[in-house]
Amino acid sequence: MRNVTPPPEATGLYDPANEHDACGLALVAKLWGEATHAVVEKALEALENLEHRGAEGADPNTGDGAGILLQIPDAFFRAAVAGVELPPSGRYGVGVCFLPADPERRAEVEQLIEETIESEGQRRLWWRDVPVDDRYVGDTARAAAPVIRQVLVAASEDLPDQDAFERKLYVIRRLIERAGGRAVALPSFSSRTIVYKGMLTAPQLPRYFSDLRDPRVATHLALVHSRFSTNTFPSWELAHPFRMIAHNGEVNTLRGNINWMRARESQLASELFGDDLAKVIPVLQEGASDSATFDNVLELLVLSGRSIPHAVMMMVPEAYRTRTDLDPDVKGFYDFHSCLMEPWDGPAAVVFTDGRVAGAVLDRNGLRPGRWIQDTEGYVVLASETGVLTVAPEHIQRKGRLAPGKVFLLDLEEGRIVDDEEAKRRVARGQPYAEWYSQSVVHIDDLPDREPRVPRIEPLRSKQLAFGYSQEDLRMIIAPMAAKGEEPVASMGNDAALAVMSDRQPALFSYFKQLFAQVTNPPIDPLRESVVMSLQAGVGAERNLLTESPDQAHQLVMDQPILRNHELEKLRQVSHDVFDAATLDITWPIEKGPDGMEIRLFDLCTEAAMYVDNGASILILSDRNLGPERVAMPSLLAVAAVHHHLVRRGTRLRTGLVIESGEPRSIHDMATLIGYGASAINPYVMFESLDELADHSLLPVDLDQEEAEKRIVKAIGKGLMKTISKMGISTIQSYCGAQIFEAVGLERELIDRHFTGTASRIGGIGLDQLSTEAMERHFRAYPRTDRDLLPVGGVLQWRRDGERHMWNPDTISKLQHSVRGAGAAGPLDAETAASGNGSWATYEEFAETANDEATRGAALRGLMKFRPAGDPVPLEDVELSSSIVKRFSTGAMSLGSLSREAHETLAIAMNRLGGKSNTGEGGEDPVRYAPDENGDLRRSAIKQVASGRFGVTIHYLVNADQLQIKMAQGAKPGEGGQLPGHKVDAYIARIRNSTPGVGLISPPPHHDIYSIEDLKQLIYDLRCANPQASVSVKLVSEVGVGTVAAGVAKANADHVTISGGEGGTGASPQSSIHGAGVPWEIGLAETQQTLLLNDLRSRITVEVDGQMKTGRDVVVGALLGADEFGFSTAPLVALGCVMMRVCHLNTCPVGIATQDPVLRERFRGTPDQVVSYMVNVAEEARRLMASLGIRRFEDLIGRSDLLDMDEAIEHWKARKVDLSQVLHMPEMPADAPRRRTRGPEPVLDDSLDWELVRRASAALETGETLRVGPVPVRNVNRAVGGILSGEIARRHGAGGLPEGTIEIAFSGSAGQSFGAWLAPGVTFALRGETNDYTGKGLSGGIISVRPPETVLFRPEENMIVGNTVLYGATAGRAFFRGLAGERFAVRNSGACAAVEGVGDHGCEYMTGGRVVVLGPTGRNFAAGMSGGVAYVYDVGRRFAERCNAELVDLDLLAPEDDEKLRPLIAEHGQRTGSLVARNILSQWEKGARERFVKVMPREYKRVLAERSASQQPAEAVAEASGAAG
Amino acid sequence: MGELGAFLKIHRVGFDKRDPGERVHDYKQYFALQGEEELRRQGARCMDCGIPFCHEGCPLGNLIPDWNDLVYRGRWREAIDELHSTNNFPEFTGRICPAPCESACVLAINSDPVTIEQIEMAIAERAFAEGWVVPDPPARRTGKSVAVVGAGPAGMAVAAELNRCGHQVVVYERDEGPGGLMRFGVPDAKLEKSIIDRRVSILEQEGIEFLYGVDVGRDLTAGELRDQHDALVIAIGSRVSRDLDVPGRELSGIHYAMDYLYQRNRWVAAREGRPFKPTEPGAEISAAGKRVIVIGGGDTGMDCISNSNREGARSVVMLDVYQEFEGGTDPRSPWPLPPKRTPSTYALDEGGKRRWGTEVTGFGGEDGHVTHVYARQVTGTSSRDLTPVPGSQFVLEGDLVLIAIGFEHPEHDGLVAELGVDLDHRGNIRTEMTYRTSVSGVFACGDNRIGQSLVVTAIAEGRKCARVVNRALGGTPMDQDRELLAIGAWSGEEDRTLRHEAEAAGTVRPGEQFFSGPGTRSP
Repeated sequence: MRNVTPPPEATGLYDPANEHDACGLALVAKLWGEATHAVVEKALEALENLEHRGAEGADPNTGDGAGILLQIPDAFFRAAVAGVELPPSGRYGVGVCFLPADPERRAEVEQLIEETIESEGQRRLWWRDVPVDDRYVGDTARAAAPVIRQVLVAASEDLPDQDAFERKLYVIRRLIERAGGRAVALPSFSSRTIVYKGMLTAPQLPRYFSDLRDPRVATHLALVHSRFSTNTFPSWELAHPFRMIAHNGEVNTLRGNINWMRARESQLASELFGDDLAKVIPVLQEGASDSATFDNVLELLVLSGRSIPHAVMMMVPEAYRTRTDLDPDVKGFYDFHSCLMEPWDGPAAVVFTDGRVAGAVLDRNGLRPGRWIQDTEGYVVLASETGVLTVAPEHIQRKGRLAPGKVFLLDLEEGRIVDDEEAKRRVARGQPYAEWYSQSVVHIDDLPDREPRVPRIEPLRSKQLAFGYSQEDLRMIIAPMAAKGEEPVASMGNDAALAVMSDRQPALFSYFKQLFAQVTNPPIDPLRESVVMSLQAGVGAERNLLTESPDQAHQLVMDQPILRNHELEKLRQVSHDVFDAATLDITWPIEKGPDGMEIRLFDLCTEAAMYVDNGASILILSDRNLGPERVAMPSLLAVAAVHHHLVRRGTRLRTGLVIESGEPRSIHDMATLIGYGASAINPYVMFESLDELADHSLLPVDLDQEEAEKRIVKAIGKGLMKTISKMGISTIQSYCGAQIFEAVGLERELIDRHFTGTASRIGGIGLDQLSTEAMERHFRAYPRTDRDLLPVGGVLQWRRDGERHMWNPDTISKLQHSVRGAGAAGPLDAETAASGNGSWATYEEFAETANDEATRGAALRGLMKFRPAGDPVPLEDVELSSSIVKRFSTGAMSLGSLSREAHETLAIAMNRLGGKSNTGEGGEDPVRYAPDENGDLRRSAIKQVASGRFGVTIHYLVNADQLQIKMAQGAKPGEGGQLPGHKVDAYIARIRNSTPGVGLISPPPHHDIYSIEDLKQLIYDLRCANPQASVSVKLVSEVGVGTVAAGVAKANADHVTISGGEGGTGASPQSSIHGAGVPWEIGLAETQQTLLLNDLRSRITVEVDGQMKTGRDVVVGALLGADEFGFSTAPLVALGCVMMRVCHLNTCPVGIATQDPVLRERFRGTPDQVVSYMVNVAEEARRLMASLGIRRFEDLIGRSDLLDMDEAIEHWKARKVDLSQVLHMPEMPADAPRRRTRGPEPVLDDSLDWELVRRASAALETGETLRVGPVPVRNVNRAVGGILSGEIARRHGAGGLPEGTIEIAFSGSAGQSFGAWLAPGVTFALRGETNDYTGKGLSGGIISVRPPETVLFRPEENMIVGNTVLYGATAGRAFFRGLAGERFAVRNSGACAAVEGVGDHGCEYMTGGRVVVLGPTGRNFAAGMSGGVAYVYDVGRRFAERCNAELVDLDLLAPEDDEKLRPLIAEHGQRTGSLVARNILSQWEKGARERFVKVMPREYKRVLAERSASQQPAEAVAEASGAAG
Repeated sequence: MGELGAFLKIHRVGFDKRDPGERVHDYKQYFALQGEEELRRQGARCMDCGIPFCHEGCPLGNLIPDWNDLVYRGRWREAIDELHSTNNFPEFTGRICPAPCESACVLAINSDPVTIEQIEMAIAERAFAEGWVVPDPPARRTGKSVAVVGAGPAGMAVAAELNRCGHQVVVYERDEGPGGLMRFGVPDAKLEKSIIDRRVSILEQEGIEFLYGVDVGRDLTAGELRDQHDALVIAIGSRVSRDLDVPGRELSGIHYAMDYLYQRNRWVAAREGRPFKPTEPGAEISAAGKRVIVIGGGDTGMDCISNSNREGARSVVMLDVYQEFEGGTDPRSPWPLPPKRTPSTYALDEGGKRRWGTEVTGFGGEDGHVTHVYARQVTGTSSRDLTPVPGSQFVLEGDLVLIAIGFEHPEHDGLVAELGVDLDHRGNIRTEMTYRTSVSGVFACGDNRIGQSLVVTAIAEGRKCARVVNRALGGTPMDQDRELLAIGAWSGEEDRTLRHEAEAAGTVRPGEQFFSGPGTRSP
């Protein structure tokens, strides 16, 4: 193994700040009795059983990190430091120190530690060398291992209690950390707790630290954690637990939280700390991970006097705003604390302890798993999975799960579990928070109306022109928002010039690209899961975080951040004793010229600081002074500059920033302003333009100004929710200032000064160019030009005077001409010449236009030139194009978005070439799995598995060469999709297992991937289904994508696709197409560099796509690190696409992106056209290779040294771009592979299924019946049944085997994905329990789970199965005797199931099948449910308020329901022995029947009714749609 | 724009054309607009393309989808503003443009294109009828003056744009009226001359001075002109007709098409009581009772047929070197390119016959007058690769032969020679940097710069040239105190500024090599 040296700093595009981790965690405690070593043993056992959630790097013996947090074992230390006189327990502390290996450096650090202890008045007792055994650890870990010593510190007399001593130890630790920098890490420094951790695997932890095996190491509680990091760099201190927490999750708003914490520091004050507080500031450790930063803040809050549950509730509030059933005190607590601190938002399961209390909390959306059991001896185990400890059934007292937003608390003094309600009530009653809040907070609606003070004379047209408005903005953005109250949808990709290459004075907003969640955390569905979302914004001063007083709630609150003109006036002229608003001018006098902007910006910041110092609690930055003599600066620049200036001065929290500007007009504009610190926005020109729109009849005639404004505000609100949810953020409050953006094309100085902390990786323009462009916009309006029209636009649709587009009439027509007609076969080699008919000469014209004109003026690769490796080589020596095309694929475009004709034509063409086509997210007709008579194959080699799982059956999976997990899509990363009902015809519906005419929803996240270890699990599941196929993960380029790709490699994928943010779509909001994701050049280069640095590149194939057009694009992609290449728009253009951009409207006039039969007849595309295009692209690449002196394509890969910045580019803006980081090649040994050279990891070898397949061999071949079991199963046995099902589908097709052919009994706690893809003919009967993803993709098999007979608890009150059960199931039945977690039967499209209670979001996005819930349900039941039926046994009559009735009706049972419901309940009783089922059936006519609520989607009902009216029995349709596939 | 999916429900309804049998007896416009309801329905057919190929197909870059939509929604007033923003004379192009926009329309791929030209004309005519087209003289005068030589479409456009910038413009025209070939080449059946006069009247009221009958280079020297003006724009067209170098060419009865068309247009002017220059006695050309042979299958040839039919020719035959193409689509110019030939034309509808794929090899005659045309069949797709078909020679009888095979270049005698401007290898005026000739202060635009082209191209040329001239004269008529702050001036990037302005005029495609004029680009 190669020894990796840790990259100390960012290098090239790799930046350690982008690292992510995820993991398994557990909390073990003993509720009563003495501290015991058994807690440690149990914790370590749990940790080992969570091993599969962690990861190994390139060196398999080096884990990403494992650790344990305990109470300080007093007896152990007394023995260990025998001879030293130890003070009583609690009066001494243990500092765990990671010290440099170098003795000299270590001596310095130790001296620092000793001196600090002494200077803080404490006494050093002893240095203890921690015994370690490094024989078992990996080379990488060993090479980087620190020397670990423990320093024992005695408390001084003057410290009154242990809390004071803890504070003092904290102060000492911070002083050492600040002075010691990177040389020292102090994992714990406490008189209560101690941490053992390192870069170890779970089993290595107790072997490495012999202390942990010592029976005297006794504790009441232990936190353990196994880490999965996206990198392989040695890092001992990044292992968990930290001092108070272990964390599974991700803080999405970290950047903002850090900035806000910094801003808070200057006003921190604490009586408890007194003068010592200054010593701990800055509170946050520089460059720490999100978990460590969270730990830092929690620690401060606790040490300054709040209880740990209190502090946790402040940082991770539940979704309380929409709740009606919440305790008013608790609601008051959250309201009040929202004025003190923004949520630390993101998926999180946090286990915490201060050594006395321990507990756990889950984020508001429940995006991490957590299961617990309590046994009869008082042990409690809470872990990411159930079954991590073996407990005999008769010893289990209770079981449960962490529910969204809930706190789980262990009170060791009382020896019991405190439930969420009680825990929160205790905290919430600490002070009269509700009263404080209602007394102090002011709602904007309560302020009196005001008239503007200054008359407004500037004509609208001048303002529109000066702010760069175009007709397109009015017609395509503002008018639809005002008319419909939502953001317009568009289609296809963004091929327009990057802002830094544009001559059209693009607004500063367009240099910023939204970031989004992929893999390491999930985006949210803001529509279907709106219960967790909040737009509420507040302005006003924030006070000292460390105290509590009523005036902390002096905030001005708005329901959402967009202010209409009259609302802004209220704010501007607020006369209230605690609010004072100041308006600051963000325009500058024209006579100062472009330099005037910087002068004004400087003064603006100074003025802002001055006003704040004088008590202005609201700053309004305004460009209302714009006019002939005054130019407006970019509003975003003004906001960000003032925000960061005040952050640096430490006064940011004393004021709220409001921007009054004519410039912002799209959702993206608003999102950037908020993301850089604006609390509220008044986009006044947008509102004032409404008159004109009405006048031009672009608005409905009956729409008045008032209503139109309201609709715009609503549209923006919805759009903002969508934008923030892309990153998995659910409240605008925590999005504010969170800077969830990457800049593309802005220079470092500008970023560092005004957008501090934002990634900007290709340099670019600065203030000079921005001010020049501001003036150019100004001169559109002043002096008045001869023409009064707005410029036409041309960003969204091509216009000759508009923005430059890579797809334009020239490139499209030339490409089409090159693949049509009987042109010369050109230079095609013999094999491919026969299949193509294109004209090489015309293709060359196309390529020249596309490369030299279109791309050169629009995309980053256009700024590059080639540097030949040597002399040109003869063309005939270069690898043939017929071989190069095998690296090509067509993009994931679903049947549904494309017509059947277009979809099949692409598949035939790619199969002829030996390349690959991709099904997209829509399944595939099984008739395509067999070749046509002429030898053509219409089967797509790549089968996509996306969040909707449409058509994903075991039969589909086994018919693939590659299985692609779509994590994100370039045009709309972080978003789901929607196929409108009018595009769902009978054919599409059959393939997607849905109902014709009913719209389909793909959720934004995969509900089985909330983190990297989940992705690893899905990869494993897919491998089980089809061990021969490679597994690919599709990502979208953004800062940090390389790190995610490294995680993907470590999760054992074979293939990763890096999509450019410019990629296409069949339907997506306008702001996503243009505002999210960055060019592939950056993402690909980052991926290549990161994989190389981690020694992972050889393990994975890298593909790139996004606006690929020519052989030059391919060669650039290869040089930047791609093995393979995806094309989407270009092959469609070859088939006749003319970029109408109406894919979402079903009116494609060339029959490609439509399901309209009339239009589909117009389709004229042929496979030959695609073949010809692809071959020509390969040929162009081949010729370029010859000129570069490269013979084999594989020798191109990763040779970024053959690329250079093209200095011939003289564009005044583009020449400021600096590509050196993109072209950077990490220093590597010459023989280090730069491309995929290895096969896949043999991860399936230890699968339980091989044994099952062996025993079922006769059943598989002959269909002979088989009875097996009980087979013991544990949580480490994952995806049981997957391989077996694949074998069945491969042999017997979709129909599988007859029901009951193979019956297997199991016992124990099954691992994740139990019964995944289970094929028809297989029955699994488990006695025990299961984890998450049970019955994933169920394809016809039967699953039943029941507790062992011997349990003490009542099954219907305890957890039996985890979260996300039956995700994407298409057929089959499942029965669970007990409670299920969140998202039961999510995206079920055909399975029938019975369960005795479910958590939140039950039956979400369901499109078919039947679900019976015989017990309680959580909130948001049936969100996004568009098909199928659910029956809920609603004993308490509370169901209606927990159901999301947006799409569904709640009815009583109709007579015909009995025959569907009763047999299902009966079968549940029979298969699981359920008493609930038995009771209900026995009481059926005596009241039980009446208690059922039938949940049925309205649309589904309507379609079924229409069918039944047209003579077809409704049942037949429902059954057909459910059973197909 | 337009109505979603309307293209599937509404069929194309083009201009309402008069019956050929009737219209061939008069000189009135042979087509008329559909009614307003129908026009709005036709506007609804526009598909709101993500890439409007029509807009690219139009040399002016007319904002076609935008005004199609405005017509569909009945917003005629905004439509004329939108149309005027890229086209000074939509009433001309709405009538006599071959509509490359329509051949580029996305609906033309597999259906009938939107009737764009008709909608354009309708917008223009509606605007005149409503009184929306009124003189809009510049608010301020710059004190600079510009001479434009030639009152054809290019000259008119450059004059209109420069006048709007505040410069004093004088247009010198050697013929007796404005319009160039629009007046003297195009028959009234296509463009009634009152349409030109109506526009020129507006231009005059805006302050442009038109001087007719002044042949610069003869009546007035170029030197005098330069002394009187700050800039000079040459827009004299490409008026040297291309000739046939075959035996018998010297026979009488063989004429250039343009000589015939000039006479016919003057004859109509005389008949309608408009000013006209009489034909010199003995030089009259008439088709009445003749067997007319028209050589060349382009628009000029068609106009000869139109006039011959109206004069009462005994027979009319057109000889076209190009092949007839199967199925009505021209494989040489697939969508979105305009076809080089359409299967039929208005003139052929009225009478006459076209022979495809024929090349004239000589003329025969009696008494020095032509009586026969010798020709043969050829194959080939362009004039450069014609191949004779062996044994295909044939003879046609004809006593009036009109040569309509295009134009060589501008006349070199007179103005061009006197100014001494450089010419390119084809004999057109060379403009190295944009529209500047080799002589300082002298600019050129239109056919004399790029070779024979369309009216729509000429207008586009005039508009682009105006931006350059304006720039050379010190910029826009903005407040002079702030002139230095005008777009880009501080950046010192002259070239970028120029490009900006040309792009602002709506005439440069992204990626287009703006600075290498056609003169230097061609091989």
